This record gives sequence, C-alpha cells and structure tokens, in this order.
Amino acid sequence: MSLYDKFLDGSVIALSRIISHIENLRPGYQELLSRLYRRTNGIYRIGLTGPPGAGKSSLVNLLAGQLADDGRRVAVICVDPSSPFTGGAFLGDRIRMQDIPVDKGVFIRSMGSRGSTGGLAAATSNVTVALDAFGFDTLIIETVGVGQMELDIIDACDTVVVTLVPESGDAIQALKAGLMEIADVFAVNKSDRAGAEQMLYDLKSALEMRTEKSKWEVPVIATQALHKKNTEELLRLILEHKSFLETSGQLSHIRGLQLQKKVETVITRLVFRDISSNILSDGVLEKAVDKIMKGEEDPYSAGMRLYKRFKLGS
Amino acid sequence: MADKIRVLLAKPGLDGHDRGIKVIAAAFRDAGFEVIYTGLRQTPEQIVTAAIQEDVDAVGVSILSGAHMILFPAILELLKKEGGEDILLFGGGIISKEDMVDLKKAGVAKLYTPGATTTEIVDWLKSAVKDKKSDEKIL
Repeated sequence: MSLYDKFLDGSVIALSRIISHIENLRPGYQELLSRLYRRTNGIYRIGLTGPPGAGKSSLVNLLAGQLADDGRRVAVICVDPSSPFTGGAFLGDRIRMQDIPVDKGVFIRSMGSRGSTGGLAAATSNVTVALDAFGFDTLIIETVGVGQMELDIIDACDTVVVTLVPESGDAIQALKAGLMEIADVFAVNKSDRAGAEQMLYDLKSALEMRTEKSKWEVPVIATQALHKKNTEELLRLILEHKSFLETSGQLSHIRGLQLQKKVETVITRLVFRDISSNILSDGVLEKAVDKIMKGEEDPYSAGMRLYKRFKLGS
Repeated sequence: MADKIRVLLAKPGLDGHDRGIKVIAAAFRDAGFEVIYTGLRQTPEQIVTAAIQEDVDAVGVSILSGAHMILFPAILELLKKEGGEDILLFGGGIISKEDMVDLKKAGVAKLYTPGATTTEIVDWLKSAVKDKKSDEKIL
C-alpha cells in the first residue's frame, strides 16, 4: 500500500508524511500535488498575522477549539522563522495550543519559513492542498511574527485577521500601507493594557479615511486571548466575512487571482530550476565573477550574456 | 538537498524544570534542526499526537521527576499504536543505570544523564536519523 493510498484511507500519519514530501520537494512532489489538488473541496482558510508576541497562537488556540466544537474539521498551520545562518528553527507556536483537546481531531502542523521572507514558508499553500484533500473544511494559517511588508498571507487565505496590541503604534502607523491594508478583521489583543482604547480609535479612523470603499466594512475588535475575552465575537466576525465572500461573489474572485499567482509560481520555479542547472552550473558564475573582478567585464553585460546563452540553449 | 531533521521536544509529567530541555532546543536549532517544543506537563497522548502530526524524526523528552519507568514505555506504546514506531525516542534525566538498561531494552534509542554535552547529543541524533531509511512508496 502506497503512502497515497493510506492517505486516501484517512491515515493521519500518511497525511503528515505527505506534507513532508511536499515541504522537502522530494522527487515526484508535483505529481503528488496535482493528484491531491483534484480531490480538494475548497477548504475555508483563515489567516492570522501580526507582530511577534501579539498573541496570534493563543488566539488560534481558542478559535480552533471553538470551530471544532461547532463540528468543523479543523487544521492549523503555524509558521515560525528559520535561521538565515543555520537553517534551524525553534517552532514554538504549538505550546500555546494546549487547550485544543487531542480527541477533537484538530491537526496542527508547524513549519519553518525556510528562506521565505513573506511571513509564510514557500510550501505553505501547497500543504493547504493536502489538508483540503484529506477532508478538513476549515484551516487557520498563522504567519511568523511580521512587520509591515510580509504579506504572503493574502495569497494563501480567504479571510485575513491582523492581530495587533495596544503598543502597536499611533494614528500615523494606522495610516501606513502594507500590513494595515490587508485586514478583513482587526483584533487588538491584550486589550487590558493601557492604550487599547486609543489603538481601537486610531484603527477605526484610519479605516474611515479609506477612499477605496469595499462593501465589507472592516471590523475592529478588542480581545484578550488569555482571559478568553471577546474571542467568540472574533470568530463570529470572521465567519461573517466568510458569508460576505460567498454571497458577494468575492470568494471566487480572490481564489481566481490566487490561482493565477499559483500557476505563475509553478512556472517561475521550473524556469529557476532550469537556470540554476544550466546557467549556474559548472562554475560559470564563478568564471564570470572572476572576469568582472579583473575588469574584463561588468556585472550587467555578464548577466545579459549568460541569459542569452541560456535562451539559445533552451 | 537532504531533508531537514525535525525533532519534537517535550516535558511529560509533573516536573516543571525546563532549563535543560531549552538548552537542548537551542543546540538543535543552532545545528540546523527544526525543533518543535511543546512545553511542560504533557501527557504521553499529547506528545505522540504532536509527533505524528509534525512528522518528526525523533522525540526527545526530559524527565526529572523519577517517573521515567512509566512515561517512556507509555510513549513508546502509543507511538507504535499510531504507526510511528520508526520515530526515535530519546531522553534525558535523572535515571539509574539499572533503569537505563531496562528502558533501552524496551526500545528507547538513547538516554542521557547529567554531564552529557550538547555536541554529543547533536552528533548522535544526526547519525541516528541518517541510519533511519524509509523506502515507502509515495504514489
């Protein structure tokens, strides 16, 4: 019996090992993914993003528990940073997810970002395909702690929750592009701390100043994950956004855009693989650098020369 | 490129001394491993569920409470039950020589006691994972 057959039989360990195949780009992973894709059912994907220490994992802990209580089949992907020096990672999100009882069937997978800088791992959205094909109907994706511009989450989910804390900044920060633009729901967590009221006010007024009006009014909610305050209300707002997406036709619109990017990514990856195995093999790059250092060539014409050679070869 | 080594580290039972396991976690991270730390007071069920979901190569537990003769076998049994018998179980703690012999017989891959260096633990895990081959067909 192959791993894939066991997966189809509902084996959790087979799912888990298939995820590793996808994550490690082991030979045959593309074929595996295209088979898995054909079994997907359009899993609903909630993304949680925000700065480190805002309480994302603790909120996921409560949201996943509530969703499972409601009878949904829930999976969680939590991404933490990989070291740019050693490639190692300390994946510590799970430690906050202890309230999810093991018998509820919630599947939690931690991923190292492995060189990606957009807040997710390169394989995160492919792992989503495996979870969807396995039969989960709701997925929560938690990004690494982000700053202002790690926005990969918008291509990997349907509803984005931006989690902030009272210390996340003032009215000027709330007006900035990037992170502050991608929220479908804002949660100001740790709202028992000083400054929470002001933060809520600043976010709301920044939202009012938007000229590009959507039919979805982005709600702002104060939560306290530690004291389970307002977390049920947060889930209600998330699911309200889900209904909005479904009834307004937005869901198929954003999924279409995401698929377009997905196909682009598949092509880019193949081209990049070709480039690294054709142009950059056999010390070609080192030779070029040598010439540049000697003053015989410059980096721009070296790049164009090598690219032309690659195009002629293909 | 070789696959990244993934390890789950956990503290089962009731003792709350996690300094040691955090040192190990940092050493593994610096060795290039992906370390999933699940924290204190874990039941064997929680540990094994996490190990299966995370598809780790090894599970490392730290037990300073004296309950090792109960906790190690319980984890081994559950791993087997869930189809994860190829996941290495290793650990550290205050464990007598006699108990170590029994635990190794039961299937614990490696045990460390006070004085073990992080380098030897890292080196052991690297080679132990390398020896563990899987020829399972994917499709």
